[in-house]
Amino acid sequence: MARIGVFICHCGENIAGTVDVFKVAEAAGKFPGVVHSVEYKYMCSDPGQTMIKDAIKEKKLTGVVVAACSPRMHEPTFRRACAEAGLNPFLCEMANIREHCSWVHEKGEATTQKAIELIRIMVEKVKRNKPLYSIKVPVTKTALVLGGGIAGIQAALDIANAGHQVILVERSPSIGGHMLQLSETFPTLDCSQCILTPRMVEVAQHPKITLYTYSELESLDGFIGNFKARIRRKARGVDEKLCTGCGVCIQKCPQKKIPSEFDAGMGKRTAIYVPCPQSVPNQPVIDREHCTYYIKGKCKICEKFCERKAIRLDQQDEIIEVNVGAVVAATGFDILHSKDFPEYGYGKYPDVIDGLQFERLASASGPTLGAIKRPSDGKEPETVVFIACAGSRDDAKGIPYCSKICCMYTAKHAMLYKHKVHNGKAYVFYMDIRAGGKNYEEFVRRAIEEDGAVYLRGRVSRIYEEDGKLIVKGVDTLLGAQPVEIKADMVVLATAIVANQDAESLAQKLRVSYDPYHFLSEAHPKLRPVETNTAGIFLAGACQAPKDIPEAVAQASGAAAKVAGLFSSSELSREPVIAVVNRLPPPVFSTCTGCFLCEKACPYQAIEREEIKDRKGNVIKVVAKVNPGLCQGCGTCVALCRVKAIDLQGFTNEQVYCELMAL
Amino acid sequence: MKLGYFPGCSLLGSARELEESLMLVAKKAGMELTTIPDWNCCGSTAAHNLNHLLSVSLPARILALADKAGMKEVLVPCSACYNRLAMAQYELLENPDLKKEVSEIIEMDFEGTAKLLNVVEGMEKIFGEDSVLKVEKPFEHKVACYYGCLLVRPAKVLKFDRPEDPQSMDRLMKKIGADPIDWPDKVECCGAGLSVSRTDLVAKLSGKILESAVKRGAEAIIVACPMCHSNLDMRRENIEKAAGKKYSIPVLYLTEAIGLALGLSEKELGLHRHLVPVVFPIREKKAEPEKAESAEESAGAVEE
Repeated sequence: MARIGVFICHCGENIAGTVDVFKVAEAAGKFPGVVHSVEYKYMCSDPGQTMIKDAIKEKKLTGVVVAACSPRMHEPTFRRACAEAGLNPFLCEMANIREHCSWVHEKGEATTQKAIELIRIMVEKVKRNKPLYSIKVPVTKTALVLGGGIAGIQAALDIANAGHQVILVERSPSIGGHMLQLSETFPTLDCSQCILTPRMVEVAQHPKITLYTYSELESLDGFIGNFKARIRRKARGVDEKLCTGCGVCIQKCPQKKIPSEFDAGMGKRTAIYVPCPQSVPNQPVIDREHCTYYIKGKCKICEKFCERKAIRLDQQDEIIEVNVGAVVAATGFDILHSKDFPEYGYGKYPDVIDGLQFERLASASGPTLGAIKRPSDGKEPETVVFIACAGSRDDAKGIPYCSKICCMYTAKHAMLYKHKVHNGKAYVFYMDIRAGGKNYEEFVRRAIEEDGAVYLRGRVSRIYEEDGKLIVKGVDTLLGAQPVEIKADMVVLATAIVANQDAESLAQKLRVSYDPYHFLSEAHPKLRPVETNTAGIFLAGACQAPKDIPEAVAQASGAAAKVAGLFSSSELSREPVIAVVNRLPPPVFSTCTGCFLCEKACPYQAIEREEIKDRKGNVIKVVAKVNPGLCQGCGTCVALCRVKAIDLQGFTNEQVYCELMAL
Repeated sequence: MKLGYFPGCSLLGSARELEESLMLVAKKAGMELTTIPDWNCCGSTAAHNLNHLLSVSLPARILALADKAGMKEVLVPCSACYNRLAMAQYELLENPDLKKEVSEIIEMDFEGTAKLLNVVEGMEKIFGEDSVLKVEKPFEHKVACYYGCLLVRPAKVLKFDRPEDPQSMDRLMKKIGADPIDWPDKVECCGAGLSVSRTDLVAKLSGKILESAVKRGAEAIIVACPMCHSNLDMRRENIEKAAGKKYSIPVLYLTEAIGLALGLSEKELGLHRHLVPVVFPIREKKAEPEKAESAEESAGAVEE
């Protein structure tokens, strides 16, 4: 016989103010199976919890209903109390008479009656509760970090320094990401490469970090603590173990006119190349799309000159499989490209460039060795117009959000230009200046006041070429919307930051949610900014939203801390609220008929197939089986099962029917 | 092939040559244009400045008549009519309450199923990939394609071409052998309806467009919109007065240019109706005038 205890909480005045708790306690005491019914001012307080523990022991309770707030608030509290008194925690349920009753109704008879009904259905449920035990899942203490930009580098180093293995996967031939392309960084104007390259080398030399560059995630299966990742190692064409990075192959390669991705198209590279001299690893890759050998079938000059015999022209892509316990996505961002700005002639006029291209112009390691020379004729531009918010905060371009870093890097660009071209004129068109950050506002003021960049508040409507000049037509809204026309030699667009082109497919591989702009979504915008809705997968850097370097680094360290926390024990424990397929004695074995509708319906790929065999090993029946590590307890399979062979532990069909019947 | 057809007032009046040339080209292509029976005024600039409900109801009646006649696609050559019809269709399909109210006013059920085609889209259909039309006299001129505002804006509603730098007319011109120039004034304002009330402003704005086209070596301006045509052609005298210089550049509807390339006569196409005579600079050799223009510059470069 069930011996249920009901504990009604006043929650100060929160419940007792509108619900007659004494009457509720009296009514609950009369429900069949209830042997104990009391009320108390604060059930979650120490004395309240002691009341529950004592009652469990004294009255030999087989189930507990706490009528109080939402289970999201205090279910763990009360379940822990029950466990301490020796009762299985899953025999404790909460009736929510606060959010569902006292807070939303007027004081009165009906409200009290509703509270009584809410308790009645919970009593019926708890009578049918069975003891459940947490699921223990082993943890593979290796982290997979996707993306080798500054966020991925930081996350990898932090996790590795906490003592765990890290596999860092980078799509391009070198780690470093966009930060490696930058000239100087705001607000201190320190050289980007100088601060980044030591970190890159640290990654390469760290005994706990395995680095796979020129590689991409192919697929990810499994669940928190137990992921299985398949990584495609694209054919580099070079044996990494033999290559010393001497660079002879690069010097000899006859294909020399390929636009360099690293230089944002401002410089040229060869078909066998390293993105830049600071690349990590400093071993080249062969770009098969442009390599003469792959186009025409002959050349092999690199192979001929390689003293180490490290060239592997017949190398194939390789798929490797790794087991990891956690994943950090740090795949970064892209910028809006030329097709989106016909009004600015971006893509049409060579001297209309984007921010990354200006970075390469200004960089000492760039194609002009840091001299500001415009792309069309290599002349030093006398007038440069910078346009902030090119695409950002512009519904017409489909980007309502702020790209966040453009105000700062545009000020930096204007400053760098003025430092290098003293007599040059720098104009900046802006909407608002958003310089929220340590020393950021001061930095922008410096660009305006000390370096004399002319800031014009207004937008540019059109740029066109006339008599060898770029005519920039805009408006100055601080001078009564007066039209402004500037004859410029070069225009730099701070084009909007967008998600990577394949961010959506990555999100689908990882099974994490993403926003309408394909930035990966955090689990909670304020309180869980580095976690995703998928347990064990974390976010770092601009794949989540546009952000600057300090913010990306902070988030990466946050994600690393989460991973280290996850790896701090060798087992994870999960709530056992999962689906199970019934098992019966032979000859039935299970009512499951093996239709596997559930397999198709399961959003978490948690349904497996199990063969039931006789003693000789012959397969008698194939039935569904739920992987307890993957199942999230959504119940889709339960609703779909035609023979009612699947049920959800803790929320069985029987329990839910009885709750309804009790009303 | 068949298309529904909405002429609007301009094509029966100031833009007769647009209708004449369009009809000729369509006929040559074997395209049948069926006029919407009992059509009325689209409301033009006046209606939507005065009364919103009227400005939606007038086009709604036209669209309902087109639906009733079973027209799946309706060609609306006048850009202003096209814009009003498309705006009304969009608004009514977005707003069920307004749709109900308007249906009562026009005493017809408004469904808005007919797809609206502007004159450029119409010509793309008539003179498309599988067209029987052949270019007999290539229109070998440098042209400035001028789209105006009504053809491409608001982009959200019209969803036609790139609103800031449209290309569709340029493509059609290339097809007939013309050389469309790259210029920044494709969608600049010609002054539009201020033609009557503030002719001085139209003279200034349209003058800028002419100047820009001429400066870049265009020999003709190609337009799609009757309003643009009248401002650039009919107001030429005012423009010249305001600018203090003469402009001889002719303004042609794209249908006229295509018609000429197809071998139709100037008379049939209604070119004599223009106020600015349609004459092109006589060239002895190809690209001669272009050379002459830059002769000084290039000479200087050689000396250096």
